[in-house]
Amino acid sequence: MMEKMIFGRFMPGDSFVHKLDPRSKLLFVFAFIFIVFFANNPVTYAGLLVFALLVIFVSRIKLYFLINGLKPVIILMVFTFLLHIFFTKEGNPIFEWKFIHVYEEGLRQGIFISIRFLVLVFMTSILTLTTSPISITDGLEVLLNPFKKLKLPVHELALMMSISLRFIPTLMDETDKIMKAQMARGSDISTGPIKERVKAVVPLLVPLFVSAFKRAEDLATAMEVRGYRGGEGRTRYRQLKWDGKDTLAMILLVAMTALLITLRS
Amino acid sequence: MDEILSLDHITFTYSPDEPNVKNAVEDVSFTVHEGEWIAIVGHNGSGKSTIARLMNGLLFPQQGTIKVMNEPLTEENLWEIRSQMGMVFQNPDNQFVGATVQDDVAFALENNGIPYKEMVKRVHEALQQVKMDQLLNHEPQHLSGGQKQRVAIAGALALKPRLLILDEATSMLDPQGRAEVLATVQALREETGLTVLSITHDLEEAILADRMLFMNGGEKFAEGTPSEIFALGDQLLDLGLDLPFAMKLTKLLKQDGVELQGEHMTEEELVNDLWTSNFKK
Amino acid sequence: MDIQLQKVSYAYAKGTPFEKRALFDVELAIPSGSYQAIIGHTGSGKSTILQHLNALLKPTEGALQIGDRTITAGKKAKDLKPVRQKVGIVFQFPEHQLFEETVLKDIIFGPMNFGVSEQEATKRAHKLIELVGLPHTILEKSPFDLSGGQMRRVAIAGVLAMEPEVIVLDEPTAGLDPRGRKEIMDLFLQLHKERNLTTILVTHSMEDAARYADRIAIMHEGKCVLTGSPEEIFGNAEKLATYRLEAPRIVRFQRELEAKIGRRLQTLCLTEEELARAITAAVREERAGQ
Ligand SMILES: Nc1ncnc2c1ncn2[C@@H]1O[C@H](COP(=O)(O)OP(=O)(O)OP(=O)(O)O)[C@@H](O)[C@H]1O
Ligand SMILES: Nc1ncnc2c1ncn2[C@@H]1O[C@H](COP(=O)(O)OP(=O)(O)OP(=O)(O)O)[C@@H](O)[C@H]1O
Ligand SMILES: [Mg+2]
Ligand SMILES: [Mg+2]
Repeated sequence: MMEKMIFGRFMPGDSFVHKLDPRSKLLFVFAFIFIVFFANNPVTYAGLLVFALLVIFVSRIKLYFLINGLKPVIILMVFTFLLHIFFTKEGNPIFEWKFIHVYEEGLRQGIFISIRFLVLVFMTSILTLTTSPISITDGLEVLLNPFKKLKLPVHELALMMSISLRFIPTLMDETDKIMKAQMARGSDISTGPIKERVKAVVPLLVPLFVSAFKRAEDLATAMEVRGYRGGEGRTRYRQLKWDGKDTLAMILLVAMTALLITLRS
Repeated sequence: MDEILSLDHITFTYSPDEPNVKNAVEDVSFTVHEGEWIAIVGHNGSGKSTIARLMNGLLFPQQGTIKVMNEPLTEENLWEIRSQMGMVFQNPDNQFVGATVQDDVAFALENNGIPYKEMVKRVHEALQQVKMDQLLNHEPQHLSGGQKQRVAIAGALALKPRLLILDEATSMLDPQGRAEVLATVQALREETGLTVLSITHDLEEAILADRMLFMNGGEKFAEGTPSEIFALGDQLLDLGLDLPFAMKLTKLLKQDGVELQGEHMTEEELVNDLWTSNFKK
Repeated sequence: MDIQLQKVSYAYAKGTPFEKRALFDVELAIPSGSYQAIIGHTGSGKSTILQHLNALLKPTEGALQIGDRTITAGKKAKDLKPVRQKVGIVFQFPEHQLFEETVLKDIIFGPMNFGVSEQEATKRAHKLIELVGLPHTILEKSPFDLSGGQMRRVAIAGVLAMEPEVIVLDEPTAGLDPRGRKEIMDLFLQLHKERNLTTILVTHSMEDAARYADRIAIMHEGKCVLTGSPEEIFGNAEKLATYRLEAPRIVRFQRELEAKIGRRLQTLCLTEEELARAITAAVREERAGQ
């Protein structure tokens, strides 16, 4: 099941979106989260949706994979949609069956909220699908740099994040291995009463914890041996490059904001 | 030859407050000279890794002094000395810090504040030396164990160290990975005269070293050329080691009454001796 | 208990963009009571096969027969516990699976999951701790206070305590010193002989495969490409090379010697003792011939 989730995963590629600087992508998505709230009528919502689909098209990620991989999120969306439909009791009734009453305003709200949700999920997924985690970290580190003055440990946070990202696949593998080793010894997490299942988690968690701890220790040693002693006096190997594409993306963002503001009612 | 490193009567324990726990390293002395290849062997828990950690200032001995390039190792010159020593560990996964091959190699350079242009040059050079320059942007989960270890070696080489310490760097690898790493180290020695200290359980690898250090229960049991060490024969077996293949066979052949000129450590020597002593007409 | 793989294919993350096929139509029969080695280059699918042997993975195509159970692709398999009890797996670095407060509790974890009484399981633990070469006093210690080699032995005892009919070993000696390695391999050989335990060894060590196994299967790029006796498998160096494998040191030595003296020894030797005997015989002939 986890294998199918694509939320938060990275798919290498060389599309226009892939090639953008992580800073421009991050700025874009952050701004987008706010811009979405400008939309308040069918035209603006339709505009948002079209724009999101366009971005997906340009990023060359198959819509089918995206929807398939975002199933759990989409189920959530359908749920919110239904909530709105059933609980908003304004406007003209358009459908009645036994105790279910659907009103015009409810349907409208439901559709709008769903589009907003969908567009946001699409845009953030596109960000993570087209940007390697490490680039996202780099981008964040640079964008957050001004906050260093406020004593925010930006470098340490970024390093922590990049190392965690680096070790996620390793730890997932490890979990899988330990789970299988305990299953081979007759432990069973997936069936039986809840109480038994909770008990079966211990043989999994203890070794996982021990191993994560050992890895952390090994890694700290390896870093120390290679001369790591904090962000002071360090140079950077990964250089970010802002070019025409990124400026173009920013112009697009401004244009879209302006458009939304003029078209909203 | 210049002295690179020396240990003088080093004693170390992980639990100084418990007198009845055996010391992990007990009164060990030895010297490493420029350009040498030294193999440290010994049973599990004999103190090999502890020695490696002491050399690098990851641990400090309770007794004795460690000198690197004739300078005693102290808290003050620690970082300076570390930049002269590369170290590669056993588990390929737990020492890969960067997100990609080139980032990982650059890590030590970044820490030492090397300017960007110089870094790019050194990263590429180091990766060429270990023949990994085609895979600059690969992520660790897409590399084999042997490749990861070669990247780790490149990461150490980028700082141009005087000494490379390998702590069982090949023990988690498949035969091909092991051969790759060994060939890399050998080529480096030939090209740059790098001093190598390698901790290993692989006796066929230890035979190739200039000198061997044989640890037992935290003490230095013996030190010498591989032929001197393996001449200890059955004592090796009692202390957790084994004989290399050619020596085992030599022993068996002599028992069976086959004429041979001497003890042989390598297969080539044995084949030649068998030929000259028994088949050549 | 016989094990048979019939056209088994397996793909990780099936049906996603990350799908990765690891096995292709693997056919392999492992008769009861045999010592089967599975060798192959890294990534060739050995560990994937191994996990099928007690249904930790189910084939995405094909079927496999484990004793009287058949596991077919696409069909739901219920109650796999009996299979898991009968086929014990010692994973690579099995010490990573230890979790209990004491060694004893860890060893009885397996058997008790399969419904063995605590009393009986404890009895087994006492017998096994001796068998794996550790003192009884260790049973009361925490497994995390032991050395790596000792932890390995405890973990092995934990699998043996389930009293499986088939034991599957994935690189059981990685990281051990030479003596530890020999002791563990000899322990499994002894079990194989004395209890007629079907043994399946996944290894990168051609030396171990040659020395211990009586049947060898070669995996290459997800396919089982060759099966046979050690003599058959290792006799053909060219073929091995196409699967990116090398003959064991001992066979390479024999070939070198044969090339040097210009004739073949009587048999292909797989242990040092055999080879010493064969060389001695050749030397005697040579002397007699002069
Ligand atoms: N972090 C630690 N804390 C306490 N004791 C330790 C620690 N690391 C090692 N020891 C103990 O110190 C002794 C020497 O261990 P060391 O790791 O140096 O052995 P080794 O020769 O490297 O063994 P191996 O071949 O298994 O790697 C052992 O008895 C070990 O149990
Ligand atoms: N959990 C997984 N998800 C995706 N692919 C996997 C997974 N596990 C293994 N693979 C892939 O399946 C193939 C076979 O892997 P497997 O682990 O069976 O090889 P192996 O012969 O055991 O290798 P090794 O000798 O390195 O242990 C490899 O290409 C590997 O990358
Ligand atoms: Mg060690
Ligand atoms: Mg494997």
